Amino acid sequence: MIRIVLPAHLRTLARVDGEVQLEVAGPVTVRSVLDALEASHPVLQGTLRDHVTLKRRPFVRFFACEEDLSHDPPDTPLPDAVVSGKEPFLVVGAIAGG
Amino acid sequence: MSSVRVLVGTRKGAFVLTSDGKRDKWDVSGPHFAGWELYHLKGSPADPNRIYASQSSGWFGQQLQRSNDGGKTWEPVGNKFVYDGVPGTHQWYDGTPHPWEFKRVWHLEPSLKDPDTVYAGVEDAALFRSTDGGQTWQELSGLRGHGTGPRWQPGAGGLCLHTIILDPSDPQRIFIAISAAGAFRTDDGGKTWKPINRGLRSVYIPDPAAEVGHCVHHVAMHPSRPKVLFMQKHWEVMRSDDAGDSWLDVSGNLPGDQVVHPDKDGTTRKFDLKAFGFVIDVHAHEPETIYVVPIKSDSHHFPPEGKLRVYRSRTGGNEWEPLSKGLPQSNCYVNVLRDAMAVDRLDKCGVYFGTTGGQVYASPDAGDTWAPIVRDLPPVLSVEVQTLS
Repeated sequence: MIRIVLPAHLRTLARVDGEVQLEVAGPVTVRSVLDALEASHPVLQGTLRDHVTLKRRPFVRFFACEEDLSHDPPDTPLPDAVVSGKEPFLVVGAIAGG
Repeated sequence: MSSVRVLVGTRKGAFVLTSDGKRDKWDVSGPHFAGWELYHLKGSPADPNRIYASQSSGWFGQQLQRSNDGGKTWEPVGNKFVYDGVPGTHQWYDGTPHPWEFKRVWHLEPSLKDPDTVYAGVEDAALFRSTDGGQTWQELSGLRGHGTGPRWQPGAGGLCLHTIILDPSDPQRIFIAISAAGAFRTDDGGKTWKPINRGLRSVYIPDPAAEVGHCVHHVAMHPSRPKVLFMQKHWEVMRSDDAGDSWLDVSGNLPGDQVVHPDKDGTTRKFDLKAFGFVIDVHAHEPETIYVVPIKSDSHHFPPEGKLRVYRSRTGGNEWEPLSKGLPQSNCYVNVLRDAMAVDRLDKCGVYFGTTGGQVYASPDAGDTWAPIVRDLPPVLSVEVQTLS
C-alpha cells in the first residue's frame, strides 16, 4: 500500500481527506505512483505533470524519506520505506512568492 | 419577480452575488475555489443554471468547473487543452520565435443555444470548443493556422485570447480578440479566419497600421446590431459598423495620455493618445449607449487624478460624459480589468464592474448612480451578470 500526501489545494480538488492510499502494480516509481494516482483520481490529471509530455509542473515537488526526488528520472525505484507504506510519498507545492 | 446573479472571478476565488430586481440588497456566496485564480465565469444563455468557471493556479495549472444549479455546487470537468498538430511558434517579447505553450483559460463563452457547447479563449492564444459540457476540448486551429500566427506577440499580460463574441444572427460568425495581435473573425464556424484590424493605428508598434500586432483590450457588441462592434484598444476606443472590416476612432473627449515615442524618422515626438482602458460594454436596451473606464497609462494603470469614473456615450462614441456619483473621487488607484464589466437586462439597465482593489460596483440606473455591492474581495479579474426571470 503506497501512502500519498497531497497539498491542501489538491486534496480539496480531489475531494480527499487525509492521505491517499493506493496499490501500485509492478515497480514502484514516481511514474507508476502518479499513474495510479491519476487513474484513481482523474481530476488530478494535468495538475502534477503535463497531460502530454508528462513532465513535472515547475512548482510541484516530490519528496520521500527526507529526500527530494523531484529531479530523479521518473522510472527510478522509490525507497523501500515508501513501497512498504512505512513512509508516505509527499507531493509538495513549492513555496514561491514574496 | 426578476433577479440578477453577478459572477465574480478574483485572484483568490469566485463569488456569486445575488439580488432581486431592485438591486439594493445583495447576498454574497463564496469564496468558491478559495485560493485559486478565477479568470472568468459565465452562464449559459440557454440554461442559466449551467455556469462554467475557469480555475487556475501557477502551481497546479488549469481546471474547468461546471455548475448545474446556478453556482451552488460545482464539478470539475475537462482540463486537457492540447494544441492541434505541431503548435509552431509565435513571437516572443524580443521578437524571437517562441513555441506555443498552454498556460490558462482567460475567457469562457457558452453557446447561445446549447448549454453543452462552450468556447474557451486561452493563453498562449488559441480558441477551443467543447460540445460535451466541458469534458473534452478541441482547438479551432484555423485561427492560429490562418497565416499571421507566427507574427503574434504577447502583451504585458501574456498572449491571451480574451474576447469571444458569438453572432446571434449568424451561428457561423464568431469574433475574437487577442493581446497583442488584434481582432479576428470567422464566417464559417471557426474553420477559416481573417484579421479585422483595418483602421486601427498603434503608433507604438513598428508599423502603426499593421495587419496584426495591435493590443486590443476588449470588444463588445449589442445583440440587436451584430455588425456594430465597439473596441477598447490599448489607447483609443474604436467602432466598426461593418463587422470589423473597418474601424473608426470614437475616443472623442475621453481623457488621455501624452506619450514620448520615436517617430518614423528616428526623432522623438510627443503623441497625445486618448482613452487607455480595458473594459467596454453596451447598454442592454440602447445599442448606441456604451461604457468605458479610462485608465492612466502607459505604466500607471490607475484612474486619472485618482478619481474613479465610468464614461458613458449615448451617441455610439465621440461624445462622452463622466459618471462619478457614488464612486470614489479622491485617492483611488485601482484598475478595472478587461473582463470586469457587464450589464443586466432589467428594464432599467444595470451596469456592474469590479476593480483590482476588490470592489464590485453596481449601478441600477444605467450608470447615473453607483454603489459598491462588496468592497473587500481579492483583486477582481472578471464580472458577468445573469438576468433571471
